[in-house]
Amino acid sequence: MGSSSGEETHPLGGWLLVLPAALFIFAFTNGPLLATFASSLYAAPIAGQGGGFVGLANYRDLFADPSFLRSLFNNLIYALVTVPASVMLALLMALGVNGAMLGRAALRLFFFLPTMLPMIAVGAIWLFFYTPQYGLVDRFTRLIGAGDINWLGDPSTALPAMMAVAIWKQAGFFMIFYLASLQNIPPVLREAASLEGASRTYFFRRVTLPLLGPTTLFVMVTATINAFCVVDHVVEMTQGGPDNASSLLLYYVYEAGFRDWDINAAAAATIVLVVILSVLAALLFALFGRRVHYR
Amino acid sequence: MRRAFSALPLWLFGLIWALPLLYAVWSAVHPPVYSTIFDPLAPLTWRNFVQAWNEAPFARYFLNTIFLVCFTVFSQCVLATLAGFAFARLRFPGRDLLFAALLLQLMISPGILLVWNYREISWLGLADTIPAMGIPYLGSALGIFLLRQNFRTIPSELDDAARLEGCSLLGRLWKVYVPLSRGTYVAFALTSVAYHWNDFLWPLVVSDSVTTRPLTVGLEIFATPDQGVQWSLVTAATLLSSAPLLIAFLIFQRQFVQSFLRAGIR
Repeated sequence: MGSSSGEETHPLGGWLLVLPAALFIFAFTNGPLLATFASSLYAAPIAGQGGGFVGLANYRDLFADPSFLRSLFNNLIYALVTVPASVMLALLMALGVNGAMLGRAALRLFFFLPTMLPMIAVGAIWLFFYTPQYGLVDRFTRLIGAGDINWLGDPSTALPAMMAVAIWKQAGFFMIFYLASLQNIPPVLREAASLEGASRTYFFRRVTLPLLGPTTLFVMVTATINAFCVVDHVVEMTQGGPDNASSLLLYYVYEAGFRDWDINAAAAATIVLVVILSVLAALLFALFGRRVHYR
Repeated sequence: MRRAFSALPLWLFGLIWALPLLYAVWSAVHPPVYSTIFDPLAPLTWRNFVQAWNEAPFARYFLNTIFLVCFTVFSQCVLATLAGFAFARLRFPGRDLLFAALLLQLMISPGILLVWNYREISWLGLADTIPAMGIPYLGSALGIFLLRQNFRTIPSELDDAARLEGCSLLGRLWKVYVPLSRGTYVAFALTSVAYHWNDFLWPLVVSDSVTTRPLTVGLEIFATPDQGVQWSLVTAATLLSSAPLLIAFLIFQRQFVQSFLRAGIR
């Protein structure tokens, strides 16, 4: 790993300097992860009696719970839509505002502003936006004759409505990463390609896209983490409803842990979440990581 | 990408993208009757902001958030400086293994382990306190990682010179490494400020009273009452609580974007 010049051996000093930060990280990340896993294998203590080891029973119960299954299914769909949609929109936005054009700075700002708002503020704004009859969305659909739709109250539209919120909130953030890497592409490449008579589409597919590989990997991983770890809007806008139609995994964990006080179910669901997240991250690295090294 | 894919369609798309925000601004600066009526002659007013400010303890929420963010980001910087320096320049047993273990936090944030972390915070007797909202984040893998990367790029000749002058380990860290890493500190601090200013779920779990509630939790309570929402007040409160970060962003746009880029490419 890099050069070792300037490194000194300092067994005690090294540990002392690292200790405070490591203590906090172990106490609130690594430790709780292990403890959560352990408690997912135990039964809940009832009336002062400690629950015994039950193996995978909590997981069996979890996968027999329709509201968990619904949250799991919702979350997979949610990730499957919001991750590629945000990333693709971000790339299109970046390509759009990369070149010289009228009002470029203003457009970039429009795209990026939602990113700076707290998810809770975004949720409040979209609650208003989605309000039946009053909201702009509904007024527009009425204009084209689609009639009143209770976007957040209808089980068939609640999840897509949450996806729109998530995409709106994060696409602009990913755009700045694409913009930065687009600007890092040496102009010489474009000149060389046009001398060779390569078409714009060919250049985009064979040069631009591969060069954006590392950015795509980073943005995809971030979007995936967001898809499983951000549920502020669910808490605020639908509380997972109607009928679990918009519940996500972390929201299920939150409800199990703090409304039903079912700590072991919450623990098992957390582990499922962590496993899915790790598998997806590994998959993304395998998929895009290789291309990154080929460049 | 053809030239045609610029100007007009892009502007139309940008306008649609801005609609939710523009709609919120419209309703916040007009009297409630005009909330959803787009009359260009509608009178402008500040009363929604004043009324929202008075109807909920937003001043207190602001103070709570500012205290939370300052406490968290400052502590993160101190701890990450010490650890980042050790990982960058000192050799000690178990170093690489420990470093790898800490990086787990880049993917699994303390926020998703909220049930167990809440138990820990309760055991410590810290439930419903402002520090409790920051404590799980005080050791920051991102901060350690960014500072370590930067410290490694600092020429060891500078370090050696300081050592010859009799500087101690911490003295060298403070006099050589910290001043040469200002950009990294700004990048990490801005990213972390944005994160903790906007954080919601963990503070929601931990806080249970006006004296500890941060802005995000206060706003959520204000925005989702049991009955009868007055939208002009909600949108005013929403803009109010996002304003400091938005204004800071508008002024220091370049620095913010640069910081996010620096903190992001890992």
